Parts: sequence; structure tokens; C-alpha cells
Amino acid sequence: MPAGTLYRGREGMWSWVAHRVTGVLIFFFLFAHVLDTALVRVSPQAYNSVIATYKTPLVNLMEYGLTAAILFHALNGLRVIAVDFWAKGPKYQRQMLWTVVTVWVLLMAGAFYPVLQETLQWLFS
Amino acid sequence: MATDSIGNVELTDSTPTDATAFLIEPPRKRTKTTSGRRSRTNFEMLAWLFMRLSGIVLVFLVLGHLIIQLVLDGGVSKISFAFVAGRWASPFWQAWDLLMLWLAMLHGANGMRTVINDYAERPGTRFWLKVLLVAATVFTVLLGTLVIFTFDPNIS
Repeated sequence: MPAGTLYRGREGMWSWVAHRVTGVLIFFFLFAHVLDTALVRVSPQAYNSVIATYKTPLVNLMEYGLTAAILFHALNGLRVIAVDFWAKGPKYQRQMLWTVVTVWVLLMAGAFYPVLQETLQWLFS
Repeated sequence: MATDSIGNVELTDSTPTDATAFLIEPPRKRTKTTSGRRSRTNFEMLAWLFMRLSGIVLVFLVLGHLIIQLVLDGGVSKISFAFVAGRWASPFWQAWDLLMLWLAMLHGANGMRTVINDYAERPGTRFWLKVLLVAATVFTVLLGTLVIFTFDPNIS
């Protein structure tokens, strides 16, 4: 292991850590997702039975987590592009991170019912 | 010890160091572990540029995909073989999914390459992890492409 794994801390480093963690999670999901979609070449029954697991409460909750990871990675990725290509990007990187976090919270609140409706209806019916 | 305008401490010969101090090499310095010759193509710069360009395109492709699959018309509950068949009847959605598959897999594979480079230190570990990464990426991209192009709504 490297002698030290803490860089400077604060917004710059922790957003980099979050970007890396969400990226790895999304990559592993993508790998599984291409495999489950490939079942449409096996039979409609095989595909529908694996898609049924996506509609169970636990996996549905993981979809909300996946949405959280993708939205953060997308919004912070745009911030990284702004830091790299916009002359004032590095100067405003902290403000841009808090903008990213605010937009992320709003989008996650908006996605709460639509993404989790299967589970919410199961809970409250 | 000199300090620049944004507070970076610059290490100089007079900086007191000990044998266990964590020394960061300048980014472009040739060391024992880098090859002596310059590579003819600027692969790392192109990979860096690809991450940004594909990232912008993926924001639209993936967020559109999430809205269609997880938000509209009852969320995940409406997804079924019939739903996939309805969407892939259109060349527009086939092209959307094909582009999303290729860009996302290459973007993700290059990100994983960076992660391997950062954390796997032994040359053998780095090599075999990258072999595994390339194999998984090629397999997934080819399988997904084959599925999109050979999809048969009337199967079985």
C-alpha cells in the first residue's frame, strides 16, 4: 500500500473518492445488466423471470441506490469537465460541488416515488 | 521550504526528510519503472479526452434510459419481454441502446483501468487484472451488440 492514502481531504478529495466508488459500482451493475438483458435471446420466460427480481422490494431499493450513484457520477462528472475546461473551474470547484449535491438531493427527492412505487404500493396496500 | 500562492509546500533539497517520507515524483519524470522511450501516440491524453466526451453523451443517454425504464408508466413494474420488443422494434431505440452500451462499457473499462493502475502495485497483479478487465469488457460489448442486432420478438 502507498505510505499515505489521505490526500488533502475536504471537498476536492472526497468528491473524487465518491466519483470513484460510484463509478466502480455502476461498472459492476452494467456488467450484470447486459447479462440479464441478454436473456431476451433465450426466451421471454427466462427474461421475465429475472426481471421479476427487479420488482422485489430489496432489489427495488437497490435500484434507488443505483439511481443515486448514477446521478452523483453524472453531475460530478460535469463538474470535473468544468474544472478541466473552464478557466474559472478550479476556482469555483467547491461551489460547483455544493451545486452538484443540491441538484442531486432535489433529483433524488423527485425520483423517490417513481422509482420506489412498486415497493411503496406493496408496503401500503 | 518555499510556499506558492495557493499554499502548496514545495519540497527543496533543504527540506528535512527521512527515509520513510512519502515522496511524490513529478508527473512526467522518467523513473526506473517507466519505459525509456517516448510512446508515439498520446494514448493517455486520448483516454482522458474520451472520458470527458463520452461522459457528456452518457449523461443524456443514461438519464433518458433511467427516466424511461424506472420513472415513466409505473416505473420498473411495466418492464417485460413485450416492453423490450416494443422498444427494439424502432431503429432509433436500437441505436440509442447500442451507443449507450459501447460508450458506457468503454468509459467504465477505462475507469477501472485507472483504478487498477492506482491500487494494484505488483506488476503481475496489474497485468492479470487488466487481462480480466479486457476479457470481461470485450465479452460484454460483443454479447450486448449481438443481442441488439439479433433480437427476435417471435422467439420460442
